[in-house]
Amino acid sequence: MAIVAKPSRFSKYGRPTVAWVVGLLFFFPIFWMVLTSFKTDADAVKPEHLIWFTPTLENYLNMTENYDYWRFAKNSVITAVFATAFTLVVGIPCAYAMAFNPSKATKDVLMWMLSTKMLPAAAVLYPMTFLTKSAGLFDTHFLIILVLSLINLPIAIWMLFTYFKEIPKDIIEAGQMDGVSTMGEIKEILIPLAWGGIAATALLVFIFCWNEAYWTVRLTTTDAATLSKLIEGNRAPEGLFFGRLSAVSAAAVGPIVVLGWFCQKQLVQGLTFGAVK
Amino acid sequence: MGRIQLKNVTKSFGETQVIPPLDLTIEDGEFAVFVGPSGCGKSTLLRMIAGLEDLTSGNIEIDGDVATEVPPSQRGLAMVFQSYALYPHMTVRKNIGFPLRMAKMEQAEIDQRVETAAKSLNLMDYLERKPADLSGGQRQRVAIGRAIVREPAAFLFDEPLSNLDAALRVGMRLEIGELHERLKTTMIYVTHDQVEAMTMANKIVVLRAGVIEQVGSPLELYHKPQNEFVAGFIGSPKMNFVKGPEAEKYGAATIGIRPEHTDVSMTEGAWKGRVGVAEHLGSDTFIHVHDTGLADMLTVRVTGDISVKHGDTIYLTPQADQIHKFDTQGLRL
Ligand SMILES: Nc1ncnc2c1ncn2[C@@H]1O[C@H](COP(=O)(O)OP(=O)(O)OP(=O)(O)O)[C@@H](O)[C@H]1O
Ligand SMILES: [Mg+2]
Repeated sequence: MAIVAKPSRFSKYGRPTVAWVVGLLFFFPIFWMVLTSFKTDADAVKPEHLIWFTPTLENYLNMTENYDYWRFAKNSVITAVFATAFTLVVGIPCAYAMAFNPSKATKDVLMWMLSTKMLPAAAVLYPMTFLTKSAGLFDTHFLIILVLSLINLPIAIWMLFTYFKEIPKDIIEAGQMDGVSTMGEIKEILIPLAWGGIAATALLVFIFCWNEAYWTVRLTTTDAATLSKLIEGNRAPEGLFFGRLSAVSAAAVGPIVVLGWFCQKQLVQGLTFGAVK
Repeated sequence: MGRIQLKNVTKSFGETQVIPPLDLTIEDGEFAVFVGPSGCGKSTLLRMIAGLEDLTSGNIEIDGDVATEVPPSQRGLAMVFQSYALYPHMTVRKNIGFPLRMAKMEQAEIDQRVETAAKSLNLMDYLERKPADLSGGQRQRVAIGRAIVREPAAFLFDEPLSNLDAALRVGMRLEIGELHERLKTTMIYVTHDQVEAMTMANKIVVLRAGVIEQVGSPLELYHKPQNEFVAGFIGSPKMNFVKGPEAEKYGAATIGIRPEHTDVSMTEGAWKGRVGVAEHLGSDTFIHVHDTGLADMLTVRVTGDISVKHGDTIYLTPQADQIHKFDTQGLRL
């Protein structure tokens, strides 16, 4: 009789249970928020209506007049889309160079890029605010796109680098022998072959851009203000408009949750740096 | 045209010098084969010619023009890789046509050239397939197709057949030979299989540790190896070497005698020994002879099938005119 490893009881029952508990724990605030968004502001603060209440769509229907939701949403979309595009346009050639023409310094450069993510953002808050204001860039789309791109470039380059590394060097060299220019190589060979990885990177960067709050809140007032700013700006200390605020928050995270849901597979692959081919 | 000259070329990886200063000329239309043991720098040399590896010093000239700084895409050379290196996302048709599309050739012309190449390589039935759906031999033919369509100044092959099984290897060897006859384009071929080298080359370049040991036609290397290394490397089974008093009789430090140049007798001869393993190939028999007092083991080739038993006494006589003599440095006398 062949001897095969038997799954332990923990891996059969325990692991899924733990996973579900953790999942629900993380999901609970979102669930709470969505639930509250269907309550009137009055119901939202009453403990007796915690679970039982008369649902209303009022908060959603009045969102535009209450909060000018669409203006913020438009800014979020514009900044996230352009920042993601810019990150890829810079990141792909950069990762390509490091993956296929590494120099002695390549490892250090990669580490250095990562180290910029270790700097607390607060440390550069004052210089950033001062500089952007004096450069006349404060509260512009351009600035937010630039900032979002820069803070996401290190992680994007790391991810792309790891994907590109999985492409056999021979294929890139075959391209060179076949007379392709560097840009041609990227367009004809690299991008098609690393498509899955590039998509995962783009998705993640887009999510990070959408969710970014620290800088978008501090470097905007109205013109370039994103949904993060909207939520942040409407924190009512006494919880006066809980219902409304929950609705607008749900509408802010909604698109990204839906996007994430549909792209789960790419995301998981992206984060585990899995199979390119 | 495709005359390739290496002038005083060296290559170091960091501190280690892989290729000491080296000069070599490959004439237009030649089929040159680089052979040598693993790690001797064959691939490095080929990749330097291709432009995929920078030179540490020296120059490479293609048809008289210095190409040292020219990027691989501009050298007009085609390369066939050991791993085939086909583009996995393109069909066979796209793969073969790729260099032409990059050269901005018209689509009609591309189609026509791809078809011609595919016909000559028996790939017509596979044009719409992706490389993943092909056998090893078919993939290698696609790689060759991709190289020939653009009519390069020279072809560079880096052990193109080493991933194929023995039968396929012989077939492809003939096809490449045929291709060279037809195109008359310069070919540089790297292998560590000396049968490939002997059968395909006009010119064999024997390398050891980055140094050229000898350059010559296959038969020159076979009949007049300049040193012990070349003598031992070219020819299969390997040449037997005998040192000591027996060699001194011939006025040499070492004498070499090929297995096929030794006469065998069960009753009398110059050297007496005991039969070890006998390998019967049908057409030939290779007998490994021990206890001759000359070397650990001598190998002899006997034509046809001869019945000898393990442990039999056997007599060997080297053919006098086929003895290679070497001095203490291992150089030919
Ligand atoms: N990128 C590199 N960095 C450092 N050393 C290298 C590099 N490429 C090759 N070498 C070294 O250079 C020497 C020659 O390598 P090369 O690949 O040319 O050998 P080869 O003759 O093609 O061997 P094989 O028959 O095994 O393919 C080897 O000792 C190898 O370790
Ligand atoms: Mg090699």
